[in-house]
Amino acid sequence: MADTEQSEAPVELQSRNVIYCGVCTLPPEYCEYGGTVKKCQEWLEKHHPDMYARIWSPEALEAATAALSIDAQKRAAKDAQKKAAKAEAAEQKQANKLASSVVTIKRIERNKKKFVTAVIGLEAFGLDLKKVAKDFGKKFATGSSVTKLPSGGEEIVVQGDVSDELEEFILEKYKDVPEDNIELVDDKKKK
Amino acid sequence: MFKKDLQGAPKQKLKSSAQRALRQSLLATYPLLTPHIEEILPKKGSLESMKLPDRNTLYVLDSVPLFYQNDGSDLLPHLKLVHRFPQAFPSIRIDRGAIRFVLSGATLMAPGLTSAGGRLPVDGGKPLEEGKEMEQGIVEDGRWSRELAKGEPVVIMAEGKEEACAVGTLAAGTDEVKAKGKGPVVEDAHFLGDGLWNLNTA
Ligand SMILES: [Zn+2]
Repeated sequence: MADTEQSEAPVELQSRNVIYCGVCTLPPEYCEYGGTVKKCQEWLEKHHPDMYARIWSPEALEAATAALSIDAQKRAAKDAQKKAAKAEAAEQKQANKLASSVVTIKRIERNKKKFVTAVIGLEAFGLDLKKVAKDFGKKFATGSSVTKLPSGGEEIVVQGDVSDELEEFILEKYKDVPEDNIELVDDKKKK
Repeated sequence: MFKKDLQGAPKQKLKSSAQRALRQSLLATYPLLTPHIEEILPKKGSLESMKLPDRNTLYVLDSVPLFYQNDGSDLLPHLKLVHRFPQAFPSIRIDRGAIRFVLSGATLMAPGLTSAGGRLPVDGGKPLEEGKEMEQGIVEDGRWSRELAKGEPVVIMAEGKEEACAVGTLAAGTDEVKAKGKGPVVEDAHFLGDGLWNLNTA
């Protein structure tokens, strides 16, 4: 293609493709400012060893701190500590939340000899209820759908009495749900 | 501007007339994007807009964030676009010590630019002449070729880093920053790791 303005025309640049950290999402050279430095480093070393060597080389680190006054270095270190503590606390909170989340599988008698099984609480484990309901439907070749709870949450209702099979299937398919966190309930019709 | 996490909103497809208008105002603000405009806003691409809090609008092409705009003022590039075309946006550079402040959403103050690690445009750089908008850029040592005026969009680079860390509008002209050496320079910037950066645009 001929350029109209020959030699003076700026060189055509192409879109650069910047690598972003798989942990904190920033360009890896900025990982040091987040609270997940250790994990960022592990990720970078594994996925982009050349970049890792450049960013975290002793020389680069020295250049980074040499430019700051002792006072500023101290403040930066304190700041980094605070951020790391914050990130850790957030992680711990999430872990606690998962540990205390319960999945309830409830057998409900709709009328004589007709049962449905409700599963409550899977969303706490990061599962998409619609997708899970579809999986259930396929696995048990039966109706399975997401319905709203009066409390504002959602549950999956599967046609038929499949409590035990459901528990087994959940443990096998969704590894994030610990066995101890599943409870089976029998909701008998009041006589 | 986006210190807090943002909640994504539904995206709306832009009419082709609105797309054309956007393209024009984009090139008027950032003439250096001219050679890349087909790549950024392909004529056949599906450009969408997303409403954000505080009367901000984000423009997204196939889930890739491009620009945002606050209530009809200048279009500002999303940092991911800056990373793709860094030479197309007038920039200043902060020293290493200022990075963590900018990345926590603090106002960028003049000393972060006037210190040894900072970079402001070359002294006595000629202002833009009509029709010669393409003749600007980084000329030496990380310095832009002309002084930047109050109210102009600016990209914030950082000492020792390759990629830009923030985008904003100048609260003071760069000549004034040099003369005074103090005071706010960029307020309410969009920075790495802020709500706009973390927003899910898929
Ligand atoms: Zn990282």
